[in-house]
Amino acid sequence: MEHFFSLLIRSIFVDNMIFAFFLGMCSYLAVSKNVKTAFGLGVAVTFVLLITLPVNYLLQTKVLGPDCLVDGVDLSFLSFILFIAVIAGIVQLVEMIVERFSPSLYASLGIFLPLIAVNCAIMGASLFMQQRITMDPESTQYIGGVSDAIAYALGSGIGWLLAIVGLAAIREKLAYSNVPAPLRGLGITFITVGLMAMAFMCFSGLKI
Amino acid sequence: MGGENMFSKKNQEVFVNPLSVNNPVTVQILGICSALAVTAQLKPAIVMGLSVTAILAVANVVMSLMRKLVPNRIRIIVQLVVVAALVTIVSNVLKAFVYDVSVQLSVYVGLIITNCILMGRLEAFALQNKPWDSFLDGVGNGLGYAIILVVIAFFRELLGSGCLFGFQVIPDCVYELGYVNNGLMLLAPMALILVACVIWAQRAFNKDLQEK
Repeated sequence: MEHFFSLLIRSIFVDNMIFAFFLGMCSYLAVSKNVKTAFGLGVAVTFVLLITLPVNYLLQTKVLGPDCLVDGVDLSFLSFILFIAVIAGIVQLVEMIVERFSPSLYASLGIFLPLIAVNCAIMGASLFMQQRITMDPESTQYIGGVSDAIAYALGSGIGWLLAIVGLAAIREKLAYSNVPAPLRGLGITFITVGLMAMAFMCFSGLKI
Repeated sequence: MGGENMFSKKNQEVFVNPLSVNNPVTVQILGICSALAVTAQLKPAIVMGLSVTAILAVANVVMSLMRKLVPNRIRIIVQLVVVAALVTIVSNVLKAFVYDVSVQLSVYVGLIITNCILMGRLEAFALQNKPWDSFLDGVGNGLGYAIILVVIAFFRELLGSGCLFGFQVIPDCVYELGYVNNGLMLLAPMALILVACVIWAQRAFNKDLQEK
């Protein structure tokens, strides 16, 4: 249980998807113009992460890893294709389930769900998880079971949500300021994210 | 090509535009993740740029050849599978020939699959155009991406560790005068701020690109 929480806190603040690894940057910059839609996308990303990471964890440890299906055969080279297929499939499934059971949630998330299939935060988290399975079990980054995969998914999702809502709030205020013409729009957004990343760097000294 | 000139004016534009006025990174805002993550040094940046160019060119040609066979509803899945297969090949080639660089790039090679430049170009160009045009578009956009990577990596490596390609270029006598490397350049925040500077410079020269 202790490992669950340290992994969770660490993936929110220290290994933040946006500020430490730049994952999911495209939709992060495109959909952060107002807080409400940014929050919707953040929730959708967290939701998809929470479902795909445990599935990909089981896939990696029960099917793809060395000696899993057939002795002496390592199928890891198939991981890219299988992971992306799982992600695309689950996104489609989630879209249908949400549409059937919660039309109001679907109306607010609907447009973002298909986008998430090609959001690199999901694929990136799956690939980082694949690396962390082989890590030293003493390390706080180690993922050794489905519960750890869920902690990592939840932490990464919340970290991404925090980052996008924070940026959207700043950009809403930024709309009223007088920015030099060549920096307007994209340029000043990058500088803002850079400064936010610098602020988040202070968490990297955190001992968990 | 049905007698059409292979290097006609239109094809030249398809190739040259992504290098400057329609650059995938600084104008279309695609493929930012890896542009920021792999640019702490020049060597991985160049390897990454070339890998993306190769994958984009081949994927564009493959999808362009299949554009009339693939039903519209399943095109995204088909695109993902084509790209994932190409990325698997490139990833194994990198592991075989430049192992140290492939370790440095770590997950970012796999993340070429979800690189928005690929999906963007396949959707916007390859599905409507002939194979040769798509090939030029792929190479042009790949190189446009690679140029930005090289520019950012050049400044980050020069100012961050005083090296280029791992060789020291700032002479020792400068360090004796009190010059120190800016370690912040090697960390995440400065990558973002350097991209902002590149965008700033490009838009200061080309007023058409400025946003209101």
